[in-house]
Amino acid sequence: MQRVLALGMVLVIGALLVFTVSTNLLPFGSFPMRKIGENFENSIGQQILENAPLQTGAANVVTSVVWGYRGYDTLGEVTVLFTAVVGVVMIFRAFRRRE
Amino acid sequence: MAGMTVIVRTIARLLFPFTFLFGAYIVLHGHLTPGGGFPGGVIIAASVVMLFLAYGIERAQKRVGFLHAEVLESVGGLAIVVLGLFGILLGITFLQNVFPLGTLGQLFSAGNLPLLYLGVGTKVAAGLILIFYAMLFAFRGGEE
Repeated sequence: MQRVLALGMVLVIGALLVFTVSTNLLPFGSFPMRKIGENFENSIGQQILENAPLQTGAANVVTSVVWGYRGYDTLGEVTVLFTAVVGVVMIFRAFRRRE
Repeated sequence: MAGMTVIVRTIARLLFPFTFLFGAYIVLHGHLTPGGGFPGGVIIAASVVMLFLAYGIERAQKRVGFLHAEVLESVGGLAIVVLGLFGILLGITFLQNVFPLGTLGQLFSAGNLPLLYLGVGTKVAAGLILIFYAMLFAFRGGEE
């Protein structure tokens, strides 16, 4: 019974996904533009895409967002990685001492 | 862990420079092509871990010790903060791009972005090697 229910859920979700993709998504190859009110060009994403190469000098727009516009955020990411490494090393050292 | 057979060792030895070079390329071209410090650092760490697995921990430890990885990770993190402080020293905001931008698309362009990615790459590679070491030592009981 549970298996049939699970299979039914998977089928329903799959059908929903196929339906959504085939109807509501952007046409293939079209450029996504965020619409804020009446203005297409004034959304932040559009501004970044247009100005990033000139403002940061990086050919890769993702990089110019990651370290140029949102440097603090990435510094936080690096801090998270540091904390994770320190935590793993601490836990496994305590583990070893107990044995 | 005493290492694996001659076949695995030979393949690992031959593949290591290429894997390492690919990781370095991903890190250094982070501001030009998709990629950057995080995936590039993971590739570099994977290349080193491959050597560890093939040759055994005793021989690998002579090349990249626990302390080396610890120091490298801290140096990478410190480099990012110091590069950020350059902006404050010159009277602008933290992490501001204060170096000359250069021409678009060249390797030496985009001011401090490649340097920041270099720091991130060092940090991620050393951090993953450190995690690998910590787990190995926990279950094996070697000296660090």
